Amino acid sequence: MPSLPVIEPKDVRQAKIAPDGGVFDEGEPTAGKDPLEDVYYDYLVRLGDDSLILGQRLAEWCGHAPGLEVDLSLANLALDLIGQATHLLNQANNGDGDELAFHRDVLDYKNCWLVEQPNGDFGRTIARQLLFSTYQHLLYRELADSPDPFLSGLAAKAVKEVSYHRELAADWTIRLGDGTEESARRMAEGLDWCWRFIPELFEVDAVMEELIARQCVPDPRGFEGEYKAAIAAVLAEAKLEKPADQRPILGGRRGHHSEHLGHLLAVMQHIPRTYPGAVW
Amino acid sequence: MSETAGGGHDWPLWEVFIRSKGGMAHRHVGSVHAPDSKLALAHARDTYTRRQEGVSLWIVKSGEIIASDPADSGPLFEPAEDKVYRHPTFYDIPDVVKHI
Repeated sequence: MPSLPVIEPKDVRQAKIAPDGGVFDEGEPTAGKDPLEDVYYDYLVRLGDDSLILGQRLAEWCGHAPGLEVDLSLANLALDLIGQATHLLNQANNGDGDELAFHRDVLDYKNCWLVEQPNGDFGRTIARQLLFSTYQHLLYRELADSPDPFLSGLAAKAVKEVSYHRELAADWTIRLGDGTEESARRMAEGLDWCWRFIPELFEVDAVMEELIARQCVPDPRGFEGEYKAAIAAVLAEAKLEKPADQRPILGGRRGHHSEHLGHLLAVMQHIPRTYPGAVW
Repeated sequence: MSETAGGGHDWPLWEVFIRSKGGMAHRHVGSVHAPDSKLALAHARDTYTRRQEGVSLWIVKSGEIIASDPADSGPLFEPAEDKVYRHPTFYDIPDVVKHI
């Protein structure tokens, strides 16, 4: 783990005169400056934010997981995801993904609701991982065939990482679901918490319609059936009931988020925002 | 570590062996705790192959390894001490021959 930066008086002065000076940025951040088409930019940021936010969430387990080996497992997943986010956000912002990661406010984040949900206990973290990694695996598998060379290249590499995430999450779901009375209860509660965020993964809005029409990205509805069958198969093996469908929660792609995301960003962004340009 | 979960304390121990590249033997690198063989493989992968250490993993339940008794080390190993002629050191090995 890198040590914290040494904060010199000049850094403090710089922080005080910084344009955001500890206050949230105003106006359009980077979208306006971006030369890429808006819908393509939007898509890169959606994928990048999904990976970034889930990576940050998983990293919160570091030092707290149930067992040293699990600690490393979750940290490895987090690093894979943050690596994907780095490529995606760099691509969206002319090589400066950090600007998007650390200097955007909550309303400009485009990740889905599922990934920003708090870790809860290990059962809920695994439920979130199962539901997201299964989706991400199917998506990246299709995306690897995109005619867009950046997206197909990224997906071809990431699909191997995500395949492992999916497998690991399924393994844990089965062990917790088909484990003790307590582990089964916690796993079921975790799934119940996350279930209402599934429909958003398959939502097709105007941005998606445009990209799908141009055959640039896959239509997620094309693998929704496969997704549901895959989740059902894991739950059956885990001897868990499928949670009852709940009112879907949508809006993350348009910047409408749960109250949890702001807290996550506060932790993730406070150093670069307080000491812009700090390095170590 | 979490105070609510088992924390891995009741998980069995597994020994981990890695083949660093094709043609090399698997070498013992350490151990992991895991509830079963499949997760032991995952834990070994996540713990010991993060820096491209290998191309293949073997996992063996620690309890199933048959080990020699340290108390027997005299009869087992000392007789070899004075048999220097068993070492292949009486001829030169060409530089191009690797892995000996």
